[in-house]
Amino acid sequence: MAAVLPRPPQQRDPAWIPRVSLALAALVLLWPLLAWTEFKPWLLFSPESVAPTLTFLAGFVPPRVDGEFLLLVVRETWRTVAIATAGLTLALLLALPLTLLSVRVLSVSGLAGRMAPLPGALRFALRGLMVVLRSVPELIWALVFVRVVGLGPTAGVLAIALTYGGMLGKVYGEILESGETHATTALLRNGAGRLQAFFYGLLPQNAAELTSYTVYRWECAIRSSAVLGFVGAGGLGQQMDSSMKMFNGGEVATMLVVFVLLVAAADRLSAWLRRVLA
Amino acid sequence: MKLHLHALSGRHPAASAGTCPALKRLNLEVQAGEQIAVIGPSGAGKTTLLQLLACALRPESGTLLLDGQNPWDLPARRLQQVRGTLFLAPQVPPLPPRQRVVTSVLAGRLPQQGLWQSLRSLLYPTGIAQADAALARFDLSDKLFARVDRLSGGERQRVGLARALLSQARLLLVDEPLSALDPSRAAQAIATLTASARDSGATLVATLHDVPMALQNFPRIVGLREGRLAFDLPAPLVTPQLLQELYEQEAQAPSASPLEEPVPLPRAVPMNCR
Repeated sequence: MAAVLPRPPQQRDPAWIPRVSLALAALVLLWPLLAWTEFKPWLLFSPESVAPTLTFLAGFVPPRVDGEFLLLVVRETWRTVAIATAGLTLALLLALPLTLLSVRVLSVSGLAGRMAPLPGALRFALRGLMVVLRSVPELIWALVFVRVVGLGPTAGVLAIALTYGGMLGKVYGEILESGETHATTALLRNGAGRLQAFFYGLLPQNAAELTSYTVYRWECAIRSSAVLGFVGAGGLGQQMDSSMKMFNGGEVATMLVVFVLLVAAADRLSAWLRRVLA
Repeated sequence: MKLHLHALSGRHPAASAGTCPALKRLNLEVQAGEQIAVIGPSGAGKTTLLQLLACALRPESGTLLLDGQNPWDLPARRLQQVRGTLFLAPQVPPLPPRQRVVTSVLAGRLPQQGLWQSLRSLLYPTGIAQADAALARFDLSDKLFARVDRLSGGERQRVGLARALLSQARLLLVDEPLSALDPSRAAQAIATLTASARDSGATLVATLHDVPMALQNFPRIVGLREGRLAFDLPAPLVTPQLLQELYEQEAQAPSASPLEEPVPLPRAVPMNCR
């Protein structure tokens, strides 16, 4: 019977063998990585680690909700938002010129063939600067600035400004270059200046993506400013650190809940902004 | 603006170095204020010609003189000023989707404006009346404050042309201005363009697929085929015979199904790039 004969070889998926072997190769390569990173998840469930974890978590209940403490939490939450916002604003001031100078789309000499050597070198140097800014973690910048300006929110603001300036500059550049550039090049070709082409072509073309990414980075800055608090850069993180050191689980629990609410609010804000700008 | 093209060759910037130039050793003289339609089959080099004239593309060889001056001899800043006196309207209108029509049209004035003036116009459009007048000539004044992404393809194309009216350019280069327009809109658009160029004394070079429209509205017709000049004649002298030759398909070698043909070796491809 023709129906039960095996299919002729041409009708088999020719990509099947490579697909399976690639997946197997990935697994084989992944295994040593897990071994090197001492990845042993079963340790989580061994009795000697479960007991201390449970005692630690038991300290979290009940969360501390008296008025005096809540007032403190609200004040520190506000400070965290302020650190993130001020840091991100400074980062924007840093990132905008870096982006404008390093974006290839806005190059007049690059319109007809290759970019001229001098602007090319400048763009390369600025990209290098942005790599340095963002590859040093904000925690390290914060430790540096805590020594320079002392304990407090200023160190957090400066640390976020530098790291996020590098990140924003890089990602803004990528958003601007990966989008549709027809409108911008047409303006440049018709004799408009670089900044004019940016404001009349590139910015309206990419405004929604840029805003959405900036708001996401603001949310990241809020989370990151909490971490920076642990090295003395002020805000909710610093309170969390001291409560943790005093074994005040109830206080930590309250602050974690507030923190989750804060991030959720940032998420709603970002969704609303994207809807308005779409 | 007066144009002088001598043995001008150019290739698309994305084309690799080994391929044929899209435009091969073209000679052309255009007097100030002349109106020319460039016709020819797809791939004849019409768009490349416009890009070369707009100084958007550096010529591969040969000379291009705009008012007796080679723009590529100028320093970068002067070259950009020269570009400000030219206006190239690409076939696909270059409008950001979220921009409002009024801003898109006013962007035609950017080369004449300082940066602060143009930023101020973003805050509150200066020259709403001008934009409205330009749009009215294309029957679009009701769309003044609409967003570009709410417009149809034909409306977008006419917004792109309205921008050209605001440019005060001395050389207007228009690439397929009618490709998305219905016949009556097309006639209106071409009449507006030619009249506006006549009023301002600007030279107008338009590429067109619609040959009857070109013959009716332009006194001089340039035919391009495979990157070379096929003819350059006053419109009344363009005969159906010439047009047929211009648009004639390449004679195809008689062969069986293309699937059964052996893949030609690179060496076997005839060199027709001279």
